[in-house]
Amino acid sequence: MREAVLEFRDVSFSYSGKKPILDQFHLTVHDREFVTIIGASGSGKSTLFRLITGLEQEEAGTIRLNGEAVQSRHGRTGYMPQQDLLMPWRTVLQNAAVPLELAGMKKKEAVEKMTPLLTEFGLSGTEHKYPSELSGGMRQRVSFLRSILTGSNILLLDEPFSALDAITRLSMQEWLLDQWEKREKTILFITHDVNEALFLSDRIFVFQDTPVQSLQEVVVPLERPRTLRAMNDPAVLEMKDRLIDQLRGRGTVR
Amino acid sequence: MMKKYGPAALIVLFLFGLWELVSRIINLPFIFPPPSGVAVRFWELKETLVLDHLPSTLAIILLGLAISIVLGVSLAVWMVMSETAERAFYPLVISSQMIPTIALAPIFIMFFGYGIWSKVVVTVLITFFPITVNTFDGLKSSSRELRELMLTMGGTKKDIFFKVQVPSAKPHFFSGLKVAVTLSVIGAAIGEWLGAQSGLGYFSRRMMTQFDGAAVFAPIVLLSVVGIALFLIVKIMESKSMKWRKLK
Repeated sequence: MREAVLEFRDVSFSYSGKKPILDQFHLTVHDREFVTIIGASGSGKSTLFRLITGLEQEEAGTIRLNGEAVQSRHGRTGYMPQQDLLMPWRTVLQNAAVPLELAGMKKKEAVEKMTPLLTEFGLSGTEHKYPSELSGGMRQRVSFLRSILTGSNILLLDEPFSALDAITRLSMQEWLLDQWEKREKTILFITHDVNEALFLSDRIFVFQDTPVQSLQEVVVPLERPRTLRAMNDPAVLEMKDRLIDQLRGRGTVR
Repeated sequence: MMKKYGPAALIVLFLFGLWELVSRIINLPFIFPPPSGVAVRFWELKETLVLDHLPSTLAIILLGLAISIVLGVSLAVWMVMSETAERAFYPLVISSQMIPTIALAPIFIMFFGYGIWSKVVVTVLITFFPITVNTFDGLKSSSRELRELMLTMGGTKKDIFFKVQVPSAKPHFFSGLKVAVTLSVIGAAIGEWLGAQSGLGYFSRRMMTQFDGAAVFAPIVLLSVVGIALFLIVKIMESKSMKWRKLK
């Protein structure tokens, strides 16, 4: 087994005064895994990311990143939000360079580091364009590049493709798998799209009724590299039906 | 260009024509001069107006604006940084608008005398509000998600201020400045009415006492030109510093 890069141990959390979301929660994600968390909107799955990135603090228990339980988790993960959150006043190059800038890298050095990446991300020629001039798919690529440039081995992707049209989404999913393998990162991916979860992940966690103690785990029975055709495999189709039932609250996986 | 501003230009032409006509019918040029009369008088007075009076009015406007920008932006930043400052000053800034500032102008003439500073104070008082409030709202308008994203990337409070809040505030600051620029011309002119030894407002009022209608209007023409010019300068600065906005 690969080493654990992210661990929740006995973590409890609630937004002040409201009903608890996590109660002695456990979760372990291993190095270079692709893990998806699915759940209905408003189920609190984004709260997991807020805890991992350090935007919220656990009330009890420990969260370990790469084996360490650190005080401040800011700057330790690469987070890619649902809306691309590119700064409209910055060009593509300047947007992607934000993490390097925050780390104090010189501008020239940052440009040198980024030029080959921009080409690889299919963004060459757009360096000096503004986000409003790019398509949704391109903007998400810039946003993903920005999260890669944090240098973190753990990437948190919060429904990154939900605003894209179906065709663009498919090609972005394939592209993401490609990048994930190439860059040897660990990815945690939030979605409410069962197909997307099955196509992308090694394991799927179902986020259901709060407070959550542990997530139900589903191992996707597919080899890598994957093709879209593999999604028609009977085992996958059956799993898909079960997941959908479960998300609707008629769970039978237990 | 013609297509865009054509209708507005036509209305202006029509109004001037109407004014000319009515003025000629009434035929009391010393109180209601026609535009042509104003133009002639302007030409006669051009040296006095442009060389003697324009510089002192312009000095009041520019000094007043500069002071307003420095004070307004500083206060806005302070209120954004400290909640205590916001609670202490924001209601005061808003309610200060209930005071008819212009009506206080005579007091400032009393305090600061007939020199430039009494007029600068009046100008600052009426331009301070749009600059402060717009800058403050702009700094506050930055998206929470973006600020949080900066935190997850290890950004400090300072990083967030300069890389997220300041750029978000820019469009608001410029809208405030556009309002302030037009108000500054009014402030300077009114300040000069009340007590001055030179300036376009002063000159206009002095001509009123002499029943020289055309000479009352002539400096107003120049004041309008100043207002329009300042507005355009701000607009150019705005689009230069925010190239990305044109793309929308």
